[in-house]
Amino acid sequence: MQTLNFEFPADRPPARRAHVGVAGSGDLEVLMTPGPVGVARVRVRTSVDGFDTVWRVVLERFFARHPVSAGFELNDAGATPGVVALRLRQAVEESMEEDGK
Amino acid sequence: MTSMTARASFIELDARARAFALLDGGTARELCGPFDRIESPWLEPQGVVPQSDDGVVVVRGKLAGRAVVVIGIEQAFQGGGIGEVSGVKIATALSLAARDSRAGVPTAAVLLLETGGVRLQEANLGLATVAEVCAALLELRPLQPVIGVIAGMLGCFGGMSIAAGLCTELIITSEGRLGLDGPQVIESEAGVAEFDASDHPLIWSIDGGAQRIRTGLADTLVPDDVAAIRAAVIEGLGRGVPADHRSGWIDSLGALLAAVDPTDPPEPADLPAIPSKGDER
Repeated sequence: MQTLNFEFPADRPPARRAHVGVAGSGDLEVLMTPGPVGVARVRVRTSVDGFDTVWRVVLERFFARHPVSAGFELNDAGATPGVVALRLRQAVEESMEEDGK
Repeated sequence: MTSMTARASFIELDARARAFALLDGGTARELCGPFDRIESPWLEPQGVVPQSDDGVVVVRGKLAGRAVVVIGIEQAFQGGGIGEVSGVKIATALSLAARDSRAGVPTAAVLLLETGGVRLQEANLGLATVAEVCAALLELRPLQPVIGVIAGMLGCFGGMSIAAGLCTELIITSEGRLGLDGPQVIESEAGVAEFDASDHPLIWSIDGGAQRIRTGLADTLVPDDVAAIRAAVIEGLGRGVPADHRSGWIDSLGALLAAVDPTDPPEPADLPAIPSKGDER
Protein backbone atom coordinates (compact mmCIF):
# COMPACT_ATOMS: atom_id res chain seq x y z
CA MET A 1 0.00 0.00 0.00
CA GLN A 2 1.20 3.50 -0.83
CA THR A 3 -0.04 7.01 -0.05
CA LEU A 4 0.50 9.76 -2.64
CA ASN A 5 -0.32 13.46 -2.45
CA PHE A 6 -0.82 15.78 -5.40
CA GLU A 7 -1.90 19.38 -6.04
CA PHE A 8 -3.22 20.83 -9.27
CA PRO A 9 -4.39 24.33 -10.21
CA ALA A 10 -8.20 24.48 -10.17
CA ASP A 11 -10.66 27.38 -10.36
CA ARG A 12 -14.13 25.76 -10.52
CA PRO A 13 -15.81 25.33 -7.12
CA PRO A 14 -18.17 22.35 -6.95
CA ALA A 15 -21.76 22.83 -5.75
CA ARG A 16 -21.52 20.16 -3.06
CA ARG A 17 -19.53 17.19 -1.82
CA ALA A 18 -19.80 13.81 -3.53
CA HIS A 19 -19.04 10.17 -2.78
CA VAL A 20 -18.77 7.43 -5.41
CA GLY A 21 -17.33 3.95 -5.77
CA VAL A 22 -16.08 1.21 -3.49
CA ALA A 23 -12.53 0.24 -2.51
CA GLY A 24 -13.12 -3.19 -4.02
CA SER A 25 -10.95 -5.14 -6.44
CA GLY A 26 -10.34 -3.15 -9.63
CA ASP A 27 -12.34 -0.19 -8.35
CA LEU A 28 -11.83 2.80 -6.08
CA GLU A 29 -13.73 5.04 -3.71
CA VAL A 30 -13.72 8.81 -4.27
CA LEU A 31 -14.64 11.36 -1.61
CA MET A 32 -14.83 14.88 -2.93
CA THR A 33 -15.14 17.84 -0.54
CA PRO A 34 -15.39 21.49 -1.66
CA GLY A 35 -12.18 23.37 -0.82
CA PRO A 36 -10.52 26.76 -1.35
CA VAL A 37 -10.69 28.03 -4.93
CA GLY A 38 -7.40 27.83 -6.78
CA VAL A 39 -6.30 24.32 -5.96
CA ALA A 40 -7.36 20.70 -6.16
CA ARG A 41 -5.73 18.61 -3.45
CA VAL A 42 -5.64 14.86 -4.05
CA ARG A 43 -4.66 12.15 -1.61
CA VAL A 44 -4.38 8.69 -3.10
CA ARG A 45 -4.14 5.54 -1.01
CA THR A 46 -3.50 2.69 -3.41
CA SER A 47 -3.05 -1.03 -2.89
CA VAL A 48 -0.50 -1.16 -5.74
CA ASP A 49 2.95 0.34 -5.10
CA GLY A 50 5.18 2.03 -7.64
CA PHE A 51 2.72 3.73 -9.99
CA ASP A 52 3.46 7.33 -8.87
CA THR A 53 4.10 8.53 -12.41
CA VAL A 54 0.98 6.91 -13.83
CA TRP A 55 -1.15 8.51 -11.09
CA ARG A 56 0.40 11.93 -11.78
CA VAL A 57 -0.28 11.66 -15.51
CA VAL A 58 -3.87 10.40 -15.07
CA LEU A 59 -4.71 13.12 -12.53
CA GLU A 60 -2.95 15.88 -14.52
CA ARG A 61 -5.02 15.02 -17.57
CA PHE A 62 -8.24 14.94 -15.52
CA PHE A 63 -7.70 18.29 -13.80
CA ALA A 64 -6.64 19.94 -17.06
CA ARG A 65 -10.16 19.18 -18.32
CA HIS A 66 -12.05 19.50 -15.03
CA PRO A 67 -10.28 22.06 -12.82
CA VAL A 68 -12.56 21.42 -9.82
CA SER A 69 -11.30 23.13 -6.67
CA ALA A 70 -11.94 20.48 -4.07
CA GLY A 71 -10.26 17.98 -1.81
CA PHE A 72 -10.20 14.48 -3.34
CA GLU A 73 -9.61 11.38 -1.25
CA LEU A 74 -9.08 8.28 -3.34
CA ASN A 75 -9.11 4.83 -1.74
CA ASP A 76 -7.90 2.60 -4.55
CA ALA A 77 -7.93 -1.19 -4.82
CA GLY A 78 -6.09 -1.54 -8.10
CA ALA A 79 -8.34 0.39 -10.49
CA THR A 80 -7.06 0.90 -14.04
CA PRO A 81 -6.43 4.48 -15.28
CA GLY A 82 -9.69 4.28 -17.24
CA VAL A 83 -11.71 3.38 -14.14
CA VAL A 84 -9.98 6.14 -12.14
CA ALA A 85 -10.91 8.75 -14.78
CA LEU A 86 -14.52 7.51 -14.91
CA ARG A 87 -14.94 7.58 -11.12
CA LEU A 88 -13.51 11.12 -10.89
CA ARG A 89 -15.83 12.21 -13.68
CA GLN A 90 -18.75 10.57 -11.85
CA ALA A 91 -17.86 12.39 -8.61
CA VAL A 92 -17.73 15.74 -10.40
CA GLU A 93 -21.07 15.07 -12.12
CA GLU A 94 -22.69 14.04 -8.84
CA SER A 95 -21.42 17.21 -7.18
CA MET A 96 -23.28 19.25 -9.76
CA GLU A 97 -26.60 17.37 -9.66
CA GLU A 98 -29.61 19.14 -8.21
CA ASP A 99 -30.65 16.30 -5.91
CA GLY A 100 -27.36 15.41 -4.22
CA LYS A 101 -27.33 12.93 -1.35
CA MET B 1 -47.35 -14.77 -17.24
CA THR B 2 -44.14 -12.80 -17.06
CA SER B 3 -44.23 -9.16 -16.26
CA MET B 4 -43.97 -6.76 -19.16
CA THR B 5 -41.80 -4.40 -17.16
CA ALA B 6 -38.09 -5.04 -17.00
CA ARG B 7 -36.72 -6.30 -13.70
CA ALA B 8 -34.47 -3.97 -11.75
CA SER B 9 -31.61 -6.05 -10.38
CA PHE B 10 -30.97 -5.78 -6.64
CA ILE B 11 -27.75 -7.81 -6.83
CA GLU B 12 -26.11 -5.31 -9.18
CA LEU B 13 -26.55 -2.48 -6.64
CA ASP B 14 -23.90 -1.68 -4.06
CA ALA B 15 -24.83 -1.73 -0.37
CA ARG B 16 -25.75 1.96 -0.21
CA ALA B 17 -27.95 1.80 -3.32
CA ARG B 18 -29.61 -1.36 -1.95
CA ALA B 19 -30.52 0.37 1.31
CA PHE B 20 -31.88 3.45 -0.46
CA ALA B 21 -33.80 1.27 -2.97
CA LEU B 22 -35.65 -0.54 -0.15
CA LEU B 23 -36.77 2.56 1.73
CA ASP B 24 -39.72 4.81 0.90
CA GLY B 25 -38.65 7.62 -1.42
CA GLY B 26 -37.39 10.73 0.36
CA THR B 27 -37.28 9.13 3.82
CA ALA B 28 -33.77 7.68 3.77
CA ARG B 29 -31.07 9.29 5.91
CA GLU B 30 -27.63 7.76 6.21
CA LEU B 31 -25.98 7.63 9.64
CA CYS B 32 -22.24 7.47 10.14
CA GLY B 33 -21.69 7.94 6.41
CA PRO B 34 -18.53 8.18 4.29
CA PHE B 35 -17.86 11.82 5.18
CA ASP B 36 -17.80 10.98 8.88
CA ARG B 37 -14.70 8.99 7.91
CA ILE B 38 -15.08 6.39 10.62
CA GLU B 39 -12.78 3.91 8.95
CA SER B 40 -10.87 0.97 10.36
CA PRO B 41 -7.63 1.99 12.11
CA TRP B 42 -6.24 -1.55 11.69
CA LEU B 43 -6.04 -1.90 7.92
CA GLU B 44 -3.52 0.76 6.86
CA PRO B 45 -0.76 -0.52 9.20
CA GLN B 46 -1.26 -3.93 7.57
CA GLY B 47 -0.98 -2.53 4.05
CA VAL B 48 -4.68 -2.67 3.23
CA VAL B 49 -6.48 0.36 1.79
CA PRO B 50 -9.40 1.29 4.09
CA GLN B 51 -12.83 2.48 3.04
CA SER B 52 -14.44 5.62 4.47
CA ASP B 53 -17.52 3.75 5.80
CA ASP B 54 -15.61 0.55 6.67
CA GLY B 55 -17.93 -1.37 4.36
CA VAL B 56 -21.15 -0.97 6.35
CA VAL B 57 -23.97 1.37 5.41
CA VAL B 58 -26.55 2.37 8.04
CA VAL B 59 -29.67 4.14 6.78
CA ARG B 60 -32.68 5.24 8.82
CA GLY B 61 -35.99 5.74 7.05
CA LYS B 62 -39.46 4.39 6.48
CA LEU B 63 -40.58 1.23 4.74
CA ALA B 64 -44.27 1.27 3.82
CA GLY B 65 -44.59 4.04 6.40
CA ARG B 66 -42.96 2.05 9.21
CA ALA B 67 -39.77 3.25 10.93
CA VAL B 68 -36.82 0.99 10.08
CA VAL B 69 -33.07 1.01 10.04
CA VAL B 70 -31.47 -0.72 7.06
CA ILE B 71 -27.96 -2.02 7.65
CA GLY B 72 -26.13 -3.06 4.50
CA ILE B 73 -22.77 -4.84 4.23
CA GLU B 74 -20.75 -3.91 1.13
CA GLN B 75 -19.60 -7.17 -0.43
CA ALA B 76 -17.02 -5.51 -2.71
CA PHE B 77 -14.95 -4.18 0.21
CA GLN B 78 -12.83 -6.89 1.86
CA GLY B 79 -15.36 -9.56 0.88
CA GLY B 80 -17.92 -8.02 3.22
CA GLY B 81 -15.57 -8.88 6.09
CA ILE B 82 -16.59 -7.59 9.51
CA GLY B 83 -14.00 -5.61 11.45
CA GLU B 84 -14.10 -3.64 14.68
CA VAL B 85 -15.67 -0.52 13.20
CA SER B 86 -18.09 -2.16 10.76
CA GLY B 87 -19.24 -4.64 13.41
CA VAL B 88 -19.83 -1.92 15.99
CA LYS B 89 -21.79 0.09 13.42
CA ILE B 90 -24.15 -2.88 12.97
CA ALA B 91 -24.42 -3.62 16.69
CA THR B 92 -25.01 0.02 17.62
CA ALA B 93 -27.64 0.52 14.92
CA LEU B 94 -29.55 -2.53 16.24
CA SER B 95 -29.17 -1.37 19.85
CA LEU B 96 -30.42 2.12 19.04
CA ALA B 97 -33.43 0.60 17.24
CA ALA B 98 -34.15 -1.39 20.42
CA ARG B 99 -33.76 1.76 22.55
CA ASP B 100 -36.13 3.70 20.27
CA SER B 101 -38.60 0.80 20.33
CA ARG B 102 -38.61 0.78 24.13
CA ALA B 103 -39.03 4.56 24.14
CA GLY B 104 -42.24 4.34 22.15
CA VAL B 105 -40.85 4.68 18.62
CA PRO B 106 -41.05 1.10 17.28
CA THR B 107 -38.09 0.69 14.91
CA ALA B 108 -37.57 -2.54 12.97
CA ALA B 109 -34.32 -3.55 11.29
CA VAL B 110 -33.37 -4.94 7.90
CA LEU B 111 -29.95 -6.57 7.55
CA LEU B 112 -28.45 -6.90 4.06
CA LEU B 113 -26.05 -9.77 4.64
CA GLU B 114 -23.29 -10.19 2.06
CA THR B 115 -20.26 -11.23 4.04
CA GLY B 116 -17.54 -13.82 4.35
CA GLY B 117 -17.61 -13.31 8.12
CA VAL B 118 -14.93 -11.79 10.31
CA ARG B 119 -12.21 -9.83 8.54
CA LEU B 120 -8.95 -11.75 9.02
CA GLN B 121 -6.90 -8.56 9.58
CA GLU B 122 -9.00 -7.78 12.66
CA ALA B 123 -9.56 -11.35 13.79
CA ASN B 124 -10.22 -11.12 17.53
CA LEU B 125 -11.81 -7.66 17.43
CA GLY B 126 -14.01 -8.83 14.57
CA LEU B 127 -15.11 -11.90 16.53
CA ALA B 128 -15.89 -9.75 19.56
CA THR B 129 -18.01 -7.37 17.50
CA VAL B 130 -19.91 -10.24 15.87
CA ALA B 131 -20.84 -11.32 19.41
CA GLU B 132 -22.02 -7.75 20.03
CA VAL B 133 -24.05 -7.86 16.82
CA CYS B 134 -25.74 -11.09 17.96
CA ALA B 135 -26.42 -9.63 21.42
CA ALA B 136 -27.94 -6.46 19.94
CA LEU B 137 -30.04 -8.54 17.54
CA LEU B 138 -31.37 -10.57 20.46
CA GLU B 139 -32.11 -7.29 22.26
CA LEU B 140 -34.18 -5.97 19.35
CA ARG B 141 -35.98 -9.04 18.07
CA PRO B 142 -38.46 -9.47 20.98
CA LEU B 143 -39.51 -5.83 20.38
CA GLN B 144 -39.48 -5.51 16.60
CA PRO B 145 -38.80 -7.85 13.67
CA VAL B 146 -35.26 -8.10 12.28
CA ILE B 147 -35.45 -9.17 8.63
CA GLY B 148 -32.33 -10.62 7.02
CA VAL B 149 -31.87 -10.39 3.25
CA ILE B 150 -29.27 -12.52 1.45
CA ALA B 151 -29.48 -11.43 -2.17
CA GLY B 152 -26.04 -12.55 -3.39
CA MET B 153 -23.74 -12.86 -5.11
CA LEU B 154 -21.40 -13.24 -2.16
CA GLY B 155 -23.74 -14.85 0.32
CA CYS B 156 -23.54 -14.97 4.10
CA PHE B 157 -20.90 -17.03 5.87
CA GLY B 158 -18.83 -17.19 9.03
CA GLY B 159 -19.80 -15.39 12.21
CA MET B 160 -22.43 -13.31 10.47
CA SER B 161 -24.27 -16.49 9.41
CA ILE B 162 -24.99 -16.90 13.13
CA ALA B 163 -26.56 -13.43 13.10
CA ALA B 164 -28.53 -14.54 10.03
CA GLY B 165 -29.76 -17.56 11.99
CA LEU B 166 -31.00 -15.24 14.74
CA CYS B 167 -33.07 -13.07 12.38
CA THR B 168 -36.84 -13.07 12.74
CA GLU B 169 -37.12 -14.03 9.08
CA LEU B 170 -34.66 -14.63 6.26
CA ILE B 171 -35.29 -13.62 2.65
CA ILE B 172 -32.99 -15.17 0.06
CA THR B 173 -32.59 -15.36 -3.71
CA SER B 174 -31.54 -18.42 -5.75
CA GLU B 175 -28.21 -16.64 -6.21
CA GLY B 176 -27.80 -16.13 -2.45
CA ARG B 177 -25.92 -18.59 -0.26
CA LEU B 178 -25.95 -19.24 3.47
CA GLY B 179 -23.51 -21.36 5.43
CA LEU B 180 -21.44 -21.33 8.61
CA ASP B 181 -18.17 -22.24 6.91
CA GLY B 182 -17.72 -21.14 3.32
CA PRO B 183 -16.84 -23.76 0.69
CA GLN B 184 -13.17 -22.73 0.48
CA VAL B 185 -12.79 -22.81 4.25
CA ILE B 186 -14.19 -26.35 4.39
CA GLU B 187 -11.96 -27.46 1.53
CA SER B 188 -8.80 -25.99 3.06
CA GLU B 189 -9.59 -27.36 6.53
CA ALA B 190 -10.99 -30.81 5.70
CA GLY B 191 -9.73 -31.53 2.21
CA VAL B 192 -11.19 -31.59 -1.27
CA ALA B 193 -12.81 -34.98 -0.62
CA GLU B 194 -14.95 -33.34 2.06
CA PHE B 195 -16.01 -30.39 -0.06
CA ASP B 196 -14.86 -29.38 -3.54
CA ALA B 197 -14.99 -25.57 -3.56
CA SER B 198 -14.67 -25.50 -7.36
CA ASP B 199 -17.87 -27.56 -7.73
CA HIS B 200 -20.49 -24.83 -8.08
CA PRO B 201 -23.52 -27.16 -8.45
CA LEU B 202 -22.42 -28.85 -5.18
CA ILE B 203 -22.11 -25.47 -3.39
CA TRP B 204 -25.56 -24.34 -4.48
CA SER B 205 -27.09 -27.74 -3.72
CA ILE B 206 -26.06 -27.25 -0.08
CA ASP B 207 -25.69 -23.51 0.58
CA GLY B 208 -27.89 -22.12 -2.21
CA GLY B 209 -30.99 -20.06 -1.50
CA ALA B 210 -33.49 -22.53 -2.99
CA GLN B 211 -32.05 -25.40 -0.92
CA ARG B 212 -31.97 -23.30 2.26
CA ILE B 213 -35.69 -22.67 1.74
CA ARG B 214 -36.36 -26.41 1.19
CA THR B 215 -34.48 -27.32 4.37
CA GLY B 216 -36.30 -24.66 6.40
CA LEU B 217 -33.27 -22.52 7.21
CA ALA B 218 -34.60 -19.53 5.24
CA ASP B 219 -38.19 -18.37 4.83
CA THR B 220 -38.90 -16.53 1.58
CA LEU B 221 -37.38 -17.18 -1.85
CA VAL B 222 -37.41 -14.09 -4.06
CA PRO B 223 -36.16 -13.28 -7.56
CA ASP B 224 -33.34 -10.77 -8.01
CA ASP B 225 -35.67 -7.80 -8.32
CA VAL B 226 -35.83 -4.61 -6.27
CA ALA B 227 -39.64 -4.51 -6.16
CA ALA B 228 -39.96 -8.21 -5.23
CA ILE B 229 -37.38 -7.97 -2.45
CA ARG B 230 -38.94 -4.77 -1.10
CA ALA B 231 -42.38 -6.42 -1.12
CA ALA B 232 -41.02 -9.49 0.70
CA VAL B 233 -39.38 -7.29 3.36
CA ILE B 234 -42.63 -5.36 3.88
CA GLU B 235 -44.55 -8.66 4.24
CA GLY B 236 -42.01 -9.98 6.71
CA LEU B 237 -42.18 -6.80 8.79
CA GLY B 238 -45.98 -7.01 8.68
CA ARG B 239 -45.94 -10.46 10.32
CA GLY B 240 -44.37 -8.80 13.34
CA VAL B 241 -42.63 -10.54 16.21
CA PRO B 242 -43.34 -14.31 16.30
CA ALA B 243 -44.13 -16.28 19.45
CA ASP B 244 -40.92 -18.25 18.99
CA HIS B 245 -37.90 -17.87 16.75
CA ARG B 246 -36.20 -20.47 14.58
CA SER B 247 -33.05 -20.24 16.70
CA GLY B 248 -35.13 -21.36 19.68
CA TRP B 249 -36.10 -24.68 18.12
CA ILE B 250 -33.25 -26.45 19.86
CA ASP B 251 -34.90 -29.88 19.93
CA SER B 252 -35.88 -30.01 16.28
CA LEU B 253 -32.56 -28.57 15.10
CA GLY B 254 -30.72 -31.03 17.32
CA ALA B 255 -32.79 -33.87 15.87
CA LEU B 256 -31.79 -32.70 12.41
CA LEU B 257 -28.12 -33.03 13.35
CA ALA B 258 -28.70 -36.44 14.93
CA ALA B 259 -30.41 -37.68 11.76
CA VAL B 260 -27.29 -37.10 9.68
CA ASP B 261 -24.55 -39.72 9.73
CA PRO B 262 -21.28 -37.91 8.89
CA THR B 263 -19.63 -41.15 7.75
CA ASP B 264 -22.41 -41.66 5.21
CA PRO B 265 -23.72 -38.16 4.44
CA PRO B 266 -27.04 -37.84 2.60
CA GLU B 267 -27.16 -36.59 -0.98
CA PRO B 268 -28.07 -32.88 -1.20
CA ALA B 269 -31.35 -33.86 -2.90
CA ASP B 270 -32.30 -35.94 0.16
CA LEU B 271 -31.64 -33.17 2.71
CA PRO B 272 -35.12 -31.59 2.59
CA ALA B 273 -36.70 -34.98 3.40
CA ILE B 274 -34.87 -35.33 6.70
CA PRO B 275 -37.59 -35.11 9.35
CA SER B 276 -37.91 -32.55 12.12
CA LYS B 277 -37.89 -29.48 9.90
CA GLY B 278 -40.69 -27.21 10.99
CA ASP B 279 -42.00 -29.76 13.52
CA GLU B 280 -42.61 -26.97 15.94
CA ARG B 281 -43.99 -24.55 13.40
